[in-house]
Amino acid sequence: MNKKILCMAALILALAAPFVAYPVFLMKLLCFGLFACAFNLLIGYTGLLSFGHAAFLGAGGYVMGYALTTAGLPVPVGILLGVLASSLLGLVMGALAIRRQGIYFSMITLALAQMVYFAALRAPFTHGEDGLQGVPRGSLFGLDLSNDLVLYYVVLAIFVAGFALIVRTVHSPFGQVLKAIKENEPRAISLGYDVDRYKLLAFVLSAALAGLAGATKTLVLSFETLTDVHWTMSGLVILMTLVGGMGTLVGPVVGAFLIVSLENRLGDLGTWLAGVTGVEWFATLGESVGVVTGLVFVACVLLFRRGVVGEIGALVESRRRLRVRRTLPVSRADGSGTPL
Amino acid sequence: MEIFGVPLQALMSQLLLGLVNGSFYAMLSLGLAVIFGLLNVINFSHGALYMVGAFLAYIGVTQFGLNYWMMLVLAPLAVGLLGIVIERSMLRWLYKLDHLYGLLLTFGLTLLLEGVFRSFYGVSGQTLDVPDALAGATDLGFMILPNYRGWVVGASLSVCLATWFVIEKTRLGAYLRAGTENPKLVEAFGVNVPMMVMLTYGFGVALAGLAGVLAAPVINVTPLMGSNLIIVVFAVVVIGGMGSILGSIVTGLGLGVIEGLTRVFYPEGSEVVVFVVMVIVLMLRPAGLFGKEK
Repeated sequence: MNKKILCMAALILALAAPFVAYPVFLMKLLCFGLFACAFNLLIGYTGLLSFGHAAFLGAGGYVMGYALTTAGLPVPVGILLGVLASSLLGLVMGALAIRRQGIYFSMITLALAQMVYFAALRAPFTHGEDGLQGVPRGSLFGLDLSNDLVLYYVVLAIFVAGFALIVRTVHSPFGQVLKAIKENEPRAISLGYDVDRYKLLAFVLSAALAGLAGATKTLVLSFETLTDVHWTMSGLVILMTLVGGMGTLVGPVVGAFLIVSLENRLGDLGTWLAGVTGVEWFATLGESVGVVTGLVFVACVLLFRRGVVGEIGALVESRRRLRVRRTLPVSRADGSGTPL
Repeated sequence: MEIFGVPLQALMSQLLLGLVNGSFYAMLSLGLAVIFGLLNVINFSHGALYMVGAFLAYIGVTQFGLNYWMMLVLAPLAVGLLGIVIERSMLRWLYKLDHLYGLLLTFGLTLLLEGVFRSFYGVSGQTLDVPDALAGATDLGFMILPNYRGWVVGASLSVCLATWFVIEKTRLGAYLRAGTENPKLVEAFGVNVPMMVMLTYGFGVALAGLAGVLAAPVINVTPLMGSNLIIVVFAVVVIGGMGSILGSIVTGLGLGVIEGLTRVFYPEGSEVVVFVVMVIVLMLRPAGLFGKEK
């Protein structure tokens, strides 16, 4: 009941947001939110830490950009091709990476993504350091996408569809098997599940959604550059998910919103801090994004591993348990409630 | 004289360059393997600490008037101390958790260290002069050997082999190997395991710092030099597996040579050849060449 009210409130907020805030910024938030959710499907629900998700964001983005500029294809075909490209890439990378477990999996995905980065740097159609510029927005089913407001609702629809797919996946029998693999892989194997196939399917699904986020981002910003395929982007999506809360459904969205806003507003924040505290150094904060993201990363891992949404969920859960204990002094409440 | 249409001189110099890179791969993957063995942490900040080593050498020589040889000792010590601080203040809180938190923490530290050096030195490269004693080149008849490059290969190989000797053949190394197998039992025998863990991490990152000092005169010293290298070293580790010390050394050197040869015969592929080898190894021998899955 409560969840339904929260969902409705969030949806109304999202529908009204472009009248309050700058639509392009909001669309960027939605794209990164979807990207982080796709990543979370692996780390939060399958227990696989991919260090190469930038490759999928970039693949979706580059293919979309190429389809719209050079090939002159319509927007839906471009998005479809972008998703297809990142899924195929996900199939290849996933098939290689799941041959090793644990920490090796992360190292392999990182190395493979670096290969994709060099491919994007050298391939003729990506225009190397310059990237793809001036990607036209075109139109979708007769809607003129060059209007920011129209595009915002299209992007919101894409985001909601992607998010709904993830929610559906997590709560499906398939999602339950993924959770079982995360909790105890040998046990899942002994129960007769072909673990590798499940992992690969989860990987491809995650890659496809990351590609969708990348393709949409290209449509919104009208350009695609090497930033999206660089390893720092893979790190950034990990940070978003970590800050928001791994293994929670809305956590990655919250995390993406926080991190993207932080990156955009860091300069202002620094100026403000310099004004309040009188410390000159804060004024240079805008130039040292790396230092700040690094600090946030370290702080999250050491103190704050459940993330914003995870902490709130734990708080709600412990209060609920307290209430149960008060009303039923003998029964022991089992605390395995699912977070939000 | 030519081999496959490539002048011998060019082939040899690329081969040497490959060996130089290979010795850095070997030193870094060795440190990673030693740390992973005892701490179960994949130290992402290894690359950043290699960068710190190089920068310390640069700062020591240009700002404090120290010479290269002093920095060859001081910089690894400083990096080792920094490592000990990191281990004591942060890493040790994560040992009981999933391995991936160690990777995430050290990744954050990498961003932090790179960010700090970037705010002081920007992204453009600094250069350090080759020390006088190693300037110039020696004519070996079939090739001209720049003395410094010869020194890098010789020095890193000696350090790697010394590490191998200590770990495999001495009492201290026996404690270390026992600690890798079963830390609780070793502690029960009266060995101070937390101290050993701390020193191992310090030593592992000091190796990275030393590699940084050795690299400083032959490459551009930039804040990003470490993370570009560490990704390749990760691929090296995946290829070799982290089970064997000698395996790490051999894999590192071998891949350096392969990379050098690729630069001669197919220059466009030299950036990715290590990753391609990794893909091939994953397909044929998923556990790695010397691998024992942990």
